[in-house]
Amino acid sequence: MARRAGAPEVSAGSMADIAFLLLIFFLVTTTIETDAGLDRMLPPIEPPETDVVIKQKNIFQVNLNKDGQLLADGELVNLNQLREKATAFLDNGGAVSGSPDYCNYCKGKRDASSSDSPAKAIISVKSDRETKYGTYITVQNELVGAYNDLRNREAQRLYKRNFTDMEAEYLNPETDASVKEDLKKRVKRIQELFPQKLSEAETSSSSN
Amino acid sequence: MSKFAKKKDGEVPAVSTASLPDIVFMLLFFFMTVTVMKDSSVKVANELPQANEIKKLEKKDRVITIYVGAPTKEYTKTFGTEPKIQLNDKFANPNEVGDYILMERAKKSQELQNVLTTSLKVDKNANMGLISDIKLELRKVNALKVNYTTYEGDAFKN
Repeated sequence: MARRAGAPEVSAGSMADIAFLLLIFFLVTTTIETDAGLDRMLPPIEPPETDVVIKQKNIFQVNLNKDGQLLADGELVNLNQLREKATAFLDNGGAVSGSPDYCNYCKGKRDASSSDSPAKAIISVKSDRETKYGTYITVQNELVGAYNDLRNREAQRLYKRNFTDMEAEYLNPETDASVKEDLKKRVKRIQELFPQKLSEAETSSSSN
Repeated sequence: MSKFAKKKDGEVPAVSTASLPDIVFMLLFFFMTVTVMKDSSVKVANELPQANEIKKLEKKDRVITIYVGAPTKEYTKTFGTEPKIQLNDKFANPNEVGDYILMERAKKSQELQNVLTTSLKVDKNANMGLISDIKLELRKVNALKVNYTTYEGDAFKN
């Protein structure tokens, strides 16, 4: 009866089963959060104190009707042509050289009847109350894409890097503070070259 | 009779499973650490649209989420099939959005209150009328930073 002295060994054979059970529970309950999207600032509700007069040629009007058809600057266009049109409008740089608005980095057509400079150009999106949200997001995505294309072009020229990469690194909380400081200047600089001016008009109702 | 004659031919030795619990535990800990428990269940159809020019929403503690979509099957009887707004755990009207935002904002710590983002998780089949009502409410309470939360993908498939 010498065996009695030590405590009997507990069988660990079922350990794997228990662990499996827990594992499956966590596998099933895990959800990978979707936490990315299009950032947008809404206009404040108080109207600005002084009325700003904007020239018609500096506004790129995008209208979206309830069937998902798109009217850009008075022309019926396809969704996949929108980016091209928006880019051409933003990059136009129509102001004559020597004027304060002259844009020396624009590579557009310099059409006098289109926008003066990227800083003046405004894109206005108007949608119907019955427009599908998915279509609206596509339009927003294309317009943001147009800005990003132009910003990337300038960032490549000045810093040999894409703007979107720089911005992502700048916004990443794991980036070093010293690197961030450096990136902040660059991001700001590019943003000043092509400021994002997307205005959202109130939706209209199709009945009137 | 030699010493080694006991071995029978063709018998495969059993693989030891002693390390199986270790492997499983390793996996278990991995999933335990990455799991985020949802604080509210989504009661609306919520298939987000796709976009590719997206930015990540860093720092979850600075985000207030609003769900919009048609009520799921078990709720269609009571709430119908028209897209609805879901705040926390209940359905709401557009005019309740402002109060909800103010309430959520008050829960956050002082230094975060000015940097909050409102994440709009809207089903892609919802219509813009409801969204613009929400946007108007958000502007009324000065919650101007919004994020149209989307999946990453081809925007033309929406």
